[in-house]
Amino acid sequence: MAVAQVKTDATEARIAALTLPAGGWSDAARQDALARVRQMGLPGSRDEYWKYTKPQSLVSAEPLPAALFDGEEEDMFGARDRLKIVFVDGVFDAEASDDLSLEGVSIARLADVADIHWAKDIYGVLETNGQDPVERPLAALNTAFASDGVLIHVTGKPSKPINLIYSHASETSDVMLHHVIKVDADAEVTILENGPAAARFNKVMEVDIADTGALHHVRTQGRDHERRAATHTFARLGKESTFKSFTLTANGVMTRNECVIELTGDDAVAHVAGACMGDGDFHHDDTVFITHDAVNCESRQVFKKVLRNGATGVFQGKILVKPDAQKTDGYQISQSLLLDDDSQFLAKPELEIYADDVACSHGSTSGAIDEDGLFYLRARGVPRGIAEDLLTIAFIAEAVQEIEDEDLQEEINGRVAGWLARRRG
Amino acid sequence: MLEIKNLHVKLEDEDKQILKGVDLTVESGKVHAIMGPNGSGKSTLSYVLSGKDGYEVTEGTAALEGEEILEMEAEERAAAGLFLAFQYPVEIPGVGNMTFLRTAVNAQRKARGEEEMTSAEFLKVIRAKAKDLKIDADMLKRPVNVGFSGGEKKRNEILQMAMLEPKMCILDETDSGLDVDAMKLVADGVNALRDAGRSFLVITHYQRLLDHIKPDVVHIMANGRIIKTGGPELALEVETQGYAHLLEEA
Repeated sequence: MAVAQVKTDATEARIAALTLPAGGWSDAARQDALARVRQMGLPGSRDEYWKYTKPQSLVSAEPLPAALFDGEEEDMFGARDRLKIVFVDGVFDAEASDDLSLEGVSIARLADVADIHWAKDIYGVLETNGQDPVERPLAALNTAFASDGVLIHVTGKPSKPINLIYSHASETSDVMLHHVIKVDADAEVTILENGPAAARFNKVMEVDIADTGALHHVRTQGRDHERRAATHTFARLGKESTFKSFTLTANGVMTRNECVIELTGDDAVAHVAGACMGDGDFHHDDTVFITHDAVNCESRQVFKKVLRNGATGVFQGKILVKPDAQKTDGYQISQSLLLDDDSQFLAKPELEIYADDVACSHGSTSGAIDEDGLFYLRARGVPRGIAEDLLTIAFIAEAVQEIEDEDLQEEINGRVAGWLARRRG
Repeated sequence: MLEIKNLHVKLEDEDKQILKGVDLTVESGKVHAIMGPNGSGKSTLSYVLSGKDGYEVTEGTAALEGEEILEMEAEERAAAGLFLAFQYPVEIPGVGNMTFLRTAVNAQRKARGEEEMTSAEFLKVIRAKAKDLKIDADMLKRPVNVGFSGGEKKRNEILQMAMLEPKMCILDETDSGLDVDAMKLVADGVNALRDAGRSFLVITHYQRLLDHIKPDVVHIMANGRIIKTGGPELALEVETQGYAHLLEEA
C-alpha cells in the first residue's frame, strides 16, 4: 500500500532535520535503514500499532523542549562495583566513564568507525528481522541515524555489570543511540541502564545471545518529568540461552518501550518485565512481541503500572507461537493500579498460536487499592499513606521479582518508595 | 477499659440498622465473651470498634480508657491500644510478614511518641514470640497470610497481638476454621498475654473456645443488642440448650 502523502511529508521533514553520520562499517546498514524508513514512513496517528499512543512528539522534525529534573538525578546503581559508560545528551563522556577494558568482554563505540566485523552481522539485522510482521519505523530511523552507542562483545563472565548512564543536560537535546550486544556461548553479563538521556531519546539495543549465553538487563528511565523516549530492544536467543529484562519508569511525559524477542533455539528463556509510576501528564506504553520458534522455550511478560492524576498506561503484548514451537510455556500479565478515577489503562494482549502442545496464559486487569488489605494494615496501626505505599510496592512486586539479583530488587523498591513518599508530601 | 453506651450502627450504603443499642463495659484485666446466633451483629461490633469503613454510627458512644474512639482513624485506635484479631485475616501478596509487622510496631510507637525498634531488637523479639506460637522462620518471611493454612493465619493474628501488645484485644471468631490442636495453640497464645492491664473481648459461636480461654463475663447478643449477661455458666447453657430460649426470654 502506498504511504499517504501526509506521512511521506512528515517522514521527509524528520529526515531533513537529521544528518547521516559517517558510519564506516555500518554505512551499508544505515543506507538500507534509511531506504526502509522512507518506504514505511514514520508512525502516524492512524497506524493500528499506534492506536493508544500518539506518535507525533516522537516523530516531529524538532523535539519539544524538556526541562531538566529539578532535583539531583541520583546515581541509581552507584552502590555497586560496575563499569560506567556515560553519555551526556548522547555524547560519550570519556572523563566520567570508566576505562572500557574488562575481562570477559570487549567494548567499543559505534562512533569509532574502525571495522568491527562481529557487529556488522548484527547492526540493523535484528532490527530488520523485527520489522515483520509489524513495522517499527522509529527503530529503522535509529539504525540509519544513531550518532553513537556501545558495541559489547561478551566472551566470558565479566566480574561486574556494565552500567550505561544517560545524562540529560540540554533542554532541547534530541538523541539517538544504538547499542549492539553479542553474548557468546556460556558467557553471561549484566547490563544496567539509567538516566533520562535527552529531551527526546530514541534508543535501539540489539542483543544476540548464542547457545547457553545469558544477559540480565535492568534499567531505570530517569526522573525528568518532560522527557520523551522511544526505545526498542531486539533480542535473538539461541539454544538454552537466557534473556531477562526489567525496566522501571517513573516520570517522563511520554515513553514507548518496545521489546521484540525471537526464541530461535530450543529451551531458551526470555523474561521481560516492567513497572511504571505515572503521575499527571504521563503516558507510558509497553509494546512487546515475543516469537517462539523453537521447542520447549519459556517466555514471561510481567508489566505493572501505577497511575494517578490522569496518567495513561498502555500495554500491547503478543506471544506468537510458530508451528514447530511445541512445549512452549508462555505467560503474560499486565495490570494497572489506578489510584484515582482520572487515570486510564489500555491493554491489548494477544496470543497467536500455531503449535498444538503449548501452555500459554495471559491476563490483564486494572483496579484500585485493595480496601480489605488497606483496612487490615490500618487496623495494625499503619497510617493510611504508608499502608497505601506498602500495597503499591506489593502491587509491582511480581514485576520487580523478575530481577534475579535481590540487591537490585531492593534498589528498585527503594526508588519506588521514594517516589511514593514524595507524592505523599 | 472499654465502655460502649447505647451504640446504634447502620450500614452506610443501605438503610439497614445492625446494632440497636449495645451497652457493654469491659473492665481492665478482664475477659469478656460475646456469643450469639448468626446475624446478631457480633462481627459488626468488632468492625465498628476497630474503625472499618462502610458503617455509620447513628447514636451512642464507645470509649477506650475514657477516650472516645469512634471519631478516630483505624490506625489511631490501634495506636491507642485497640487490636482486632480478624475472623478472616487478609492476604497481602507482595508484603513480607516481617516487613508488615515491623512497619506496624514502629508506626504505633511513633504515634505514641516512643522510640522505634531497631531491626536487631525487632528480630530478637519476634523470633522468641514466633517460637512460642510454633511459627517458623519461613512463615515470617512469606507475604502476609498468603498461602497460610487456616490455623497459620490465626496463629499469625496472635503473633501480631503479641508484638503490638495492645490493651484491648477483640478476637472475632478466632476459633472458626481451627481444629482442636490449633485452637489449643491459639488459646495458649492468648492466655500468655492475659494480665492485669489487658482486656479481651472474645466473640465466638461456640463454648469450645471458652474452655481454653476462660471468660470472666459472658454476654449473649441477638438482634443488635446484648440480651443477657452472666458468668461462664451462661456459655455452658448456650452449649446445651442453644439460643432459642434466651431469645424468647428477651
